[in-house]
Amino acid sequence: MPEALSASQDFISVLLLQAGYNTVVVMLGAAALGIAAGTVGVFAMLRRRALVADAVAHATLPGVAIGFLVAVSFGLPGRSLPFLLTGAAATAVLAAISIQLVSTRTRLTEDAAIASVLATFFAVGIVLLTVIQTLKTGGQAGLDIYLLGATAGMLRHEAITLSVFSLIAIGFVTLLFKELTLIAFDFEFARAHGFPVRALDLTVLALVLAVVVTGIRVVGLVLIVALIVIPPAAARFWSNHAGRMTVISGAFGAMSAYFGAAISAVYPDTPTGAVIVLVAFSVLLLSAVLGPAMGLIPRMLGARKLRGIA
Amino acid sequence: MTEFMQIDLPAMLTGTLAALVCAQIGNFLILTRQSMLGDAMGHVVLPGIVIAYVLTGLAATWVMLGGAFAAAMVSALLIEFLRRVARVEPSAALGAVFTAMFALGVVLLEQTGVARTSFDVHHILFGNVEGAIWPAATGLASLFDPVALKELPAQIGRLLFGLVVVSAVIALFFKELRVISFDPVFAATIGLSPRLFGTLIVSLAALAAVVSLEAVGVILLVAMMVCPPATARMLTDDLATQMRISIAAALTSGIFGYLIAAFLPSLLGFDLSLGAAGTIALLGGLIQLAAMIAGPKRRPARAV
Repeated sequence: MPEALSASQDFISVLLLQAGYNTVVVMLGAAALGIAAGTVGVFAMLRRRALVADAVAHATLPGVAIGFLVAVSFGLPGRSLPFLLTGAAATAVLAAISIQLVSTRTRLTEDAAIASVLATFFAVGIVLLTVIQTLKTGGQAGLDIYLLGATAGMLRHEAITLSVFSLIAIGFVTLLFKELTLIAFDFEFARAHGFPVRALDLTVLALVLAVVVTGIRVVGLVLIVALIVIPPAAARFWSNHAGRMTVISGAFGAMSAYFGAAISAVYPDTPTGAVIVLVAFSVLLLSAVLGPAMGLIPRMLGARKLRGIA
Repeated sequence: MTEFMQIDLPAMLTGTLAALVCAQIGNFLILTRQSMLGDAMGHVVLPGIVIAYVLTGLAATWVMLGGAFAAAMVSALLIEFLRRVARVEPSAALGAVFTAMFALGVVLLEQTGVARTSFDVHHILFGNVEGAIWPAATGLASLFDPVALKELPAQIGRLLFGLVVVSAVIALFFKELRVISFDPVFAATIGLSPRLFGTLIVSLAALAAVVSLEAVGVILLVAMMVCPPATARMLTDDLATQMRISIAAALTSGIFGYLIAAFLPSLLGFDLSLGAAGTIALLGGLIQLAAMIAGPKRRPARAV
């Protein structure tokens, strides 16, 4: 028992930001990422980009590996964040373009385009990783965290960089909120009224890419899509209003990332990304039961009220 | 020769069998626009397999199938719930559930210590084709020696079982599956239940995912479910021909992908190793790319 007690005390002190400066910065960085993912996610979901997001996330793996190899060839430590993230962004963009090309230029439908691009890019990444593992450069273990995410070993300036990126993404959503909502709910109406629908659609995709690339350090490229799709799904249960839904989704994203990062900081052997996703999914399940807009319990109460009237 | 029989043959067999199982059912997934279902299946069955393994302490076929089946059922219910009750967009519902199930599987793997004994996350993600070895083999004669054959890696048995079931069911219901895939409305008018056969396709995909997952990993599973059928779709309009071409593409990827991974680096004089699962998947993708560039049926149908 004393062990469990101390673990829960640890947990509370971590939650209250008393776990040392570095952990605090990392948790706040994760929360910023969560807000960005949750807000961007609403539009990604409404524009049906959930699975594209998954594919581009997996497609960052070859980029991370190439970034590592380039950094090493310049004599730098392979783990340097700028190299890895630039590589990740490059192959993610390439994957997004490939999906577009395959689904418009061949008879394959979009789902097949997404799945084959995901598989092929990820395969390139795996082959490169196995090559890297046989190189004698050291630092290879550092690449592992990009798969399932980690807060351990994250440096302060890395966390701050990620937070700034996230805040920029949130800024974009706020600025373009009206236009993004319009194309999300009525694409044809927006087109007919002369809105730059193509540019706006690309903006949503660019924001998704930004969140994915920013998120792989904390959540990992395998599961980052969860932080984009789960909070908006949970927010559906609380409001039908686009603005409120976006705010709630951002808040859920932040909560999930913050608590998830805290839990994985306290308990050993818990990959940060997996824990964050499980926290987010618990929020979703709770919302499904309690949420006033479509939750099970409010729905049952509402049904009873209706019967009473009849 | 003995070394080839002990190390290369079982690994090549594992990769190729998995490719064959996945590619066959993949033909119906891409025609019914459910390509990502293979990916989702590969992810959702993980917690089921881990829980079943922890509870029983067995890595037997029926234990894994049972656990995976239960996990797939739970996921299907959750997805339906999100779609119907919350009206969450279908692909987002799929994405939410399969990532959550996979996350659960990862945490269970780490927390229960299974990660250190039997399979770990890397093997699930990247595949461990090389893990299939056959120490009992002494030479070609072992192929006809029942005692030695009994010592073949267990995953080969599971893959063979999956291959037989998937091939047999597809052969048995080929006409029905063809109508359902190309024209579900017409299928309904002649009395075939799209729902029943839809469930059949999903169940076969789940079976293919389970037998392949622990043997070759998620990535090879996804690649082989989509790339060989997509390749074949660029070359023909006829489903039977499409199936045959996809099987040929899967065989080519499996055999040559393994040979490239195992022998190419040392032939070229590099001191490197290539992961077999990744190389097989990549070869499948490259074959598809070639078909997309030059295949006679690559163009989208023109709107009339």
